[in-house]
Amino acid sequence: MVATIVWRMAYIEAVNLVKTYTPKGAPVVRALDGLSLSVPRGTVTALLGPNGAGKTTAVKVLTTLITADSGTATIDGLDVATQGSEIRPIIGVSGQYAAVDENLTGFENLDMVGRLYHLGAKASRRRATELIELFDLTEAQNRPVKGFSGGMRRRIDLAGALVIDPRVLFLDEPTTGLDPRSRLGMWDIITRLVATGTTVLLTTQYLEEADQLADDIAVIDNGKVIAQGTSDELKSSIGGQTVELSLVSEADSASALEILRSHGTSAPDVSADQRTLSVTVASGPAALQSVLAQTEARGIRLHDAGMKRPTLDDVFLTLTGHAATVEEEEKAS
Amino acid sequence: MTTTRQTPTHVAPPVGRSTAGLGDWFSDGWITTRRNLIKIKRVPDILVFTTLQPIMFVLLFSYVYAGSIDIPGSDYKEFIMAGIFAQTVVFGSTYSGSAMAQDLKDGIIDRFRTLPMNPTAVLVGRTNGDLLINAISMAVMLATGFIVGWRVRSSFLEAVAAVALLLLFAYALSWVMAFLGMSVRSPEIINNVSFLVLFPLTFISNAFVPLDSLPTPLRIFAEYNPVSALVEAARQLFGNVPAQTPEPTSWTLQNPVLTVLIGIVLMLAIFVPLATRKFSQVSTR
Repeated sequence: MVATIVWRMAYIEAVNLVKTYTPKGAPVVRALDGLSLSVPRGTVTALLGPNGAGKTTAVKVLTTLITADSGTATIDGLDVATQGSEIRPIIGVSGQYAAVDENLTGFENLDMVGRLYHLGAKASRRRATELIELFDLTEAQNRPVKGFSGGMRRRIDLAGALVIDPRVLFLDEPTTGLDPRSRLGMWDIITRLVATGTTVLLTTQYLEEADQLADDIAVIDNGKVIAQGTSDELKSSIGGQTVELSLVSEADSASALEILRSHGTSAPDVSADQRTLSVTVASGPAALQSVLAQTEARGIRLHDAGMKRPTLDDVFLTLTGHAATVEEEEKAS
Repeated sequence: MTTTRQTPTHVAPPVGRSTAGLGDWFSDGWITTRRNLIKIKRVPDILVFTTLQPIMFVLLFSYVYAGSIDIPGSDYKEFIMAGIFAQTVVFGSTYSGSAMAQDLKDGIIDRFRTLPMNPTAVLVGRTNGDLLINAISMAVMLATGFIVGWRVRSSFLEAVAAVALLLLFAYALSWVMAFLGMSVRSPEIINNVSFLVLFPLTFISNAFVPLDSLPTPLRIFAEYNPVSALVEAARQLFGNVPAQTPEPTSWTLQNPVLTVLIGIVLMLAIFVPLATRKFSQVSTR
């Protein structure tokens, strides 16, 4: 039991972080507005939110790049504001921009990072060689990074965060601006990485990415975590499942609506053409069976009938009142 | 991306270590210096610019202006060499400003700042890079000067002292520029501003014309201009002060070597800690 307790103990703990900026000639921006977050050891937590929600600011505070105006944050019990020199040797960080030196080769970049983690000359070179192989960077090994694709730079940057075996890995929007193929490649790398038990905090504006990669999702909006839980927990938090019917004829609409209303936990939705109707229900399969039995009894003909669970999109919309969709062009580079 | 591989962290997981002691300080400084040396090697424009520009200046001034500017008691070539040396190394120290601004913009400083390295290391490496570029420029200018007929009229040791003083002054100025680069954050602005400030500073001085040829307001400015002190110090140490130069009226020009040394100490004493502090606070926006 003790082991279990230790395992679940928060490894990264942020309490009430506040960080404000005052841009020239503009009102004060509260980038973090009382953000609290708890990341258990050995798990992957995604900080999910739209642009400007405070994700990067949160990562910067946790990785000792900036200090919060108020609130506290610890990694393995070490205070990020005052014990930075003890935290930096144990974390790996891959920022939003691939922070690689354009004029150095892939190998030289990784070797340099190893030397600055104080691995020693020999160990740094060996590790750089290993990472080049593991991340499929042979092409970039002996050529200056200048001229390589965004995906390749990101991989070198990520490899840089793994030059040591970090106890905590921070990934700030690891796939923003990547083409779909590079994104899948990056997911593949991250998935294999987290299988080894590294504690990961990643930020993303993509619901799918959080769903795919993270054990825990913290939804962040306007500098606050507004919900945290597993993907399933979040989905069920906004009400169970939905039963959806699609009718052959709109003439059956009224009676179908009546059936749905009697099963639903809220008022049913009806599409503009009156032929697609849906309602949220408390227990999905039982409700679906009962709905189907009654439609059959009344001779209502159906094209389709089914149950669907809420998507993270629905979760986001319900929690924040606005969609999580962001203009990708803005960030893509 | 398709082949199956081991997970990255399976292989002999290396462990990071915080910076400790003088050994790490030297090592961190060397690693970041090496980064800048590689850059000089890979981006030849810097090297070409820093060697061709001084050659061009030496040739332009010794052949184009030599005929029209009359220096009583001296040859114009002898007179202007110290001025060209000073101008070149002062401009050479501005790379640190734009390079720090660029690194900040690219997020490379963020990367460095999350590593357990000595917080002065990046600045040490950067200013060392400038020092090397300036040393190369100096060597090229000395050689070109000799070819066009410039001569050291003092001792070898004094000439070495002159070169050391020029390079040290520029090195200290690099720390100032590095601080400004991180404060201004834009490599373009820092480039333009240093141009706007350094051009008048080097031209309204005794670098290219004798002070007594300037109209009074400019002459007063030039007398207290630190670049004038640097030029005067180098000129004295090289033994290139024209015989009929009137005794300077400002204290700084009466004691140019001391003035430059004080300037170097002041710049380093103020801007090494200031730039280090700044480095520990900046991050991309």
